[in-house]
Amino acid sequence: MPAFFRHHLLHVSAFALLMALVPFMVTSRYYLNLFIFIGIHTLLTLGLNLLMGYAGQISLGHAAFFGLGAYTSGILTVTYHVSPWPAMGAAVLVTIMVALVIGVPTLKLTGYYLGMATLGFGIIVNICFRELSGITGGPSGLVGIPPLSLGGVVLDEPRYVYYLIWGVTLGALAVSLNIVDSRVGRALRAIHDSEVAARASGVDTARLKIWVFVVSAAYASLAGSLYAHFVTFISPSSFGFMFSVKLVTMVVVGGMASVWGAVFGAATLTALPEVLAAFHDYEILIFGFILMVVMIFLPQGLTRGFLDLAERWRFYRRGIPAAKV
Amino acid sequence: MVSDRVLLETESLSKSFGGVHAVQEVSFSVRQGQIKGIIGPNGAGKTTLFNLITGVYRPDRGSIRFDGERCAGLAPHQMAERGIARTFQNVELFERMSVLENVMVGRHPRTRAGFISAAFRLGGARGEERLIREKALEILGFVGIVDKAEWVSSALPFGLQRVLEIARALATEPRLLLLDEPASGLNAVETRDLGRLLGRIRDRGITVLLVEHDMSLTMEICDEILVMDYGRRLAEGTPREIQRHPQVIAAYLGEELVA
Amino acid sequence: MDLISELTQYLISGLTSGAIYAIIALGFTIIYNATEVINFAQGEFVMLGGMVMIAVDATGRFPLPVSFILAVSSVTLVGVVFQRLAIQPVRRPSAITLIIITVGASIFLRGVAMLVWGKDPLGLRPFSGVSPIAVGGATLTPQSLWVLSVSVVVMAGLQFFYKHTITGKAMRACAFSRRAARLVGISVDRMVLISFALSAAMGAVAGIVVAPITLCGYDVGTMLGLKGFCAAVLGGLGSSPGSILGGFLLGILEALGAGLISSGFKDAIAFLILLVVLFLRPSGLFGPREVKRV
Repeated sequence: MPAFFRHHLLHVSAFALLMALVPFMVTSRYYLNLFIFIGIHTLLTLGLNLLMGYAGQISLGHAAFFGLGAYTSGILTVTYHVSPWPAMGAAVLVTIMVALVIGVPTLKLTGYYLGMATLGFGIIVNICFRELSGITGGPSGLVGIPPLSLGGVVLDEPRYVYYLIWGVTLGALAVSLNIVDSRVGRALRAIHDSEVAARASGVDTARLKIWVFVVSAAYASLAGSLYAHFVTFISPSSFGFMFSVKLVTMVVVGGMASVWGAVFGAATLTALPEVLAAFHDYEILIFGFILMVVMIFLPQGLTRGFLDLAERWRFYRRGIPAAKV
Repeated sequence: MVSDRVLLETESLSKSFGGVHAVQEVSFSVRQGQIKGIIGPNGAGKTTLFNLITGVYRPDRGSIRFDGERCAGLAPHQMAERGIARTFQNVELFERMSVLENVMVGRHPRTRAGFISAAFRLGGARGEERLIREKALEILGFVGIVDKAEWVSSALPFGLQRVLEIARALATEPRLLLLDEPASGLNAVETRDLGRLLGRIRDRGITVLLVEHDMSLTMEICDEILVMDYGRRLAEGTPREIQRHPQVIAAYLGEELVA
Repeated sequence: MDLISELTQYLISGLTSGAIYAIIALGFTIIYNATEVINFAQGEFVMLGGMVMIAVDATGRFPLPVSFILAVSSVTLVGVVFQRLAIQPVRRPSAITLIIITVGASIFLRGVAMLVWGKDPLGLRPFSGVSPIAVGGATLTPQSLWVLSVSVVVMAGLQFFYKHTITGKAMRACAFSRRAARLVGISVDRMVLISFALSAAMGAVAGIVVAPITLCGYDVGTMLGLKGFCAAVLGGLGSSPGSILGGFLLGILEALGAGLISSGFKDAIAFLILLVVLFLRPSGLFGPREVKRV
C-alpha cells in the first residue's frame, strides 16, 4: 500500500468499496452512464474546489480546461491516429502549458477582475473550438474518438469505463485529501483568509496560486480526455460558459473547502436533472437559484455550512467555542 | 544585551502615493537585540515604513539593508525567509483556521514540502508535518495559549488574537519582529502582559521594532525610539532623550507627558 | 465596395454597437461606484429590456413609446427586487460571494426568460422606417440612428443627473467615500438601491433599442453584459466618460476586426482586448491607478 493512501485510508477505501459495488447493483445501462458522468464531474469539481474552495480564487472558465483535455485527446487520436493513452498524457501537458501561460498574468488579478478574466478566457477558448473548424471540426464537433484500452482490453463497455473513471477519480480524491492536509494546503487556505498575512508568513502566494491553478487545470484536462474517450463525440457546446457555471455550482453545493463535499456536489447536481424528468427545462433556472440562495445564506457552501453547524455543536459540548474549520 | 551590530538599516527611504509623501528620506537603524519603538501622530508614515521594510511596497528611493544584505524590492515572503516577521494593525488572522493551524502556517518559510510530496504524502513530508506541529505547539506554549490550540482563531478574545498573531510571526523564526500597534484595543492587564511577552521575546534573542500609541508602554519597554512626523524622521534616541526633545514635545507629545 | 466605403460601413456598425456597449458599461459603472460590486447579471437587464419590449409590443395594444416605458419600468423593478432580495441580505460580502450570487442571478433570469419566451430569438419592428440612408459610400439604417441618438440622450441625461440633481450629487458623494457620505446624512442604502434601479433601466434601454437590429433571445444577455464590462474596464472602471469612450472604442475595434479579419472570431476580439487591458493596465485607459493599502 503506497504511503499516500494511508492517510485517509479508512474513508477512501470504504468509499472505493462502495463505488466498486455499484456496477453489480446497477444493471441498467442508463444509470451506469449516469454514474460515469458523476465520476467525471467529481474529478472536475475536486480540481475546481482546490482552486476556489481552498485557495479562494474564482474560475468562471474552467470548462475551457475540460475542453482542452477533450479536444487534444480527440484531435490527436482521430486526426493523427495517436493511441489514446499517450494522447491523454499530451492533453494534460498541453493544458498545463495553457494554464501556465494564462495563469501567470491572470492570477495577479483579484476579485471581480479575476472572475471576468477567467470568464473571458473560457469564452475565447470556446470560440476557438467553434471557429477553428479545420482542426476541431467546428460547431458540429469531432466524431469517432476511439475508446481507451487497458492491457489489451478495449474499454468500450460502460462497466469497464466506469471502473477506469472512478479509479482515476478516487486517485484524485486521495491526492486532494493529502494536499488539503499538508503544508501546501494550509498555505492555500491562508491565502483565502488573508493574502497579506499569508505573504508576511512567508508564503509565496503568487507561486502557490499558479501551482493550484495548474493542478486544477490538470484535473479538468484528465476529466476531459476521459469524457472524450467515453462518449467518442465532442462538440463546443459541452465546454461553454454554462458548463463552467455548473461546475461552480457543484463546488458551491458541495461546500467551499470540503473534499468530500465536492463529491456530494457533483453527484447531486449530475443526478438531479436526470432523476427529475421535468427538470430539463428548468435546469439553468434551478442552478441559478441554488447559486444565489446558497451563497446568500450559507456562503461557505451547502455541505460545508451544515458540517460547520454540526461541528460547532460537537465542539460546543466539549466547551470549545466554534468549530475547527 | 543590545549589541553594536546593526541588524536593520534604512537610508533615505521614500515612498509617495499620488501626491502624498507617505515616507520621506527616512534613515534609521535597529541594532541587534534592541526593542525599538516608532511613534508619531496618525498619518506620520509609520505603517508605510513597516510595509516598505516587509516588502509590501517597493520604495521609490532609498535602500534597506537587513543584516548587511540589500533587500529593497524583495517580496514579503522573501523578507520572511530572511528573518523579518510582522503583525498587523488590524489583526490579520486566518480566521477560518484553528489557532494551531495559524501558527503552523508560520512555519512555512522554514519548511520545504511542496505540492508533489504533499499530494503523495511522501516520507519527508510526513516527518516534516510532525515537526511543524510540535514547533507550533511549543510556540503556543511560549505565548501561553496552548490550551486554546483547537479553537477557531476568530473565536479568541481580541487580546489573544493579537497574541496569536505574534505567535504566528514567531513561528517563522524571525531575527527581527515588527509589531504594528500591538497594544491597540487591549485593556490595561493585557497591555502589561504584552509588555512582559515582548521582554521574553527579546530574551530569546529576537530584535523587536514596534509602532505604538500607548506611550507608557513604549517609554517603559523600548531601548530607543524613532519619532516620525509627516513622513519624516523627527527625532531618534532613548525614551529619556525623546521625552525632553523640544521638537517632539511641540509636534506630538504635548504638555502632559513632560509634566 | 471600395475600401473607404467599406471602412465607413464598419465604422457605422461599430459606432452603433459601441453605443450599446457604452450604455451597458455605464450600468456597470453606476453600481460599481455606489457599491464596489461588479454585477455579473448586468447583461440580463439588457436581455429583459428587449424581451419585455417585444412581448408588450406583440400584444398590439400600445404604441411604441408606451411599450418602451412599460418595458423600462418593469426591468427597473427587477433591478430593485434583485438588489433587495439577492444583494442586500448578504452578510459578509466578499468578491467571490458576490460574483457567484450575481452569476447565479444571471442564469436564473436567463432561465426565467427561456421559460416565458421560449428558446428562439424574437424580433422587434424598427422604430421608424427601414429604408437605409446613404452616408458616403456606406449605408445607415434608421434604427442605427435611433440607437445613436437614444444613447446620446441617455448619456447626457446621466450627466445631468449626476451634476444637477441632489440625488445624483449624493450618489457621486457615495462613490468618493461611503463613510463620508453617511456622515453628512446621505442614506447610502437608498443610493445603492437607486444605483441598481438606474443601472437596470439603462440596461433595458440598451436592450430595447438594439432589438430591431440583432433579434433578442433569452441567451443574448451574457455576451452583451460581458462586452459592456469589457468596455467599462477598457475605459477605466468607475469612470463615466471612460465607459462611454471604452464602449465606442470596443464597438469600432470589434467591427473592424470582424470585417477585416474574421467574423467568426468577432466575439473573441472583445475578450482579447479585455484580457490585454486587465494584464497590462487594469486601471484602463482613463481610470486612476489604483493604490492598494494594507
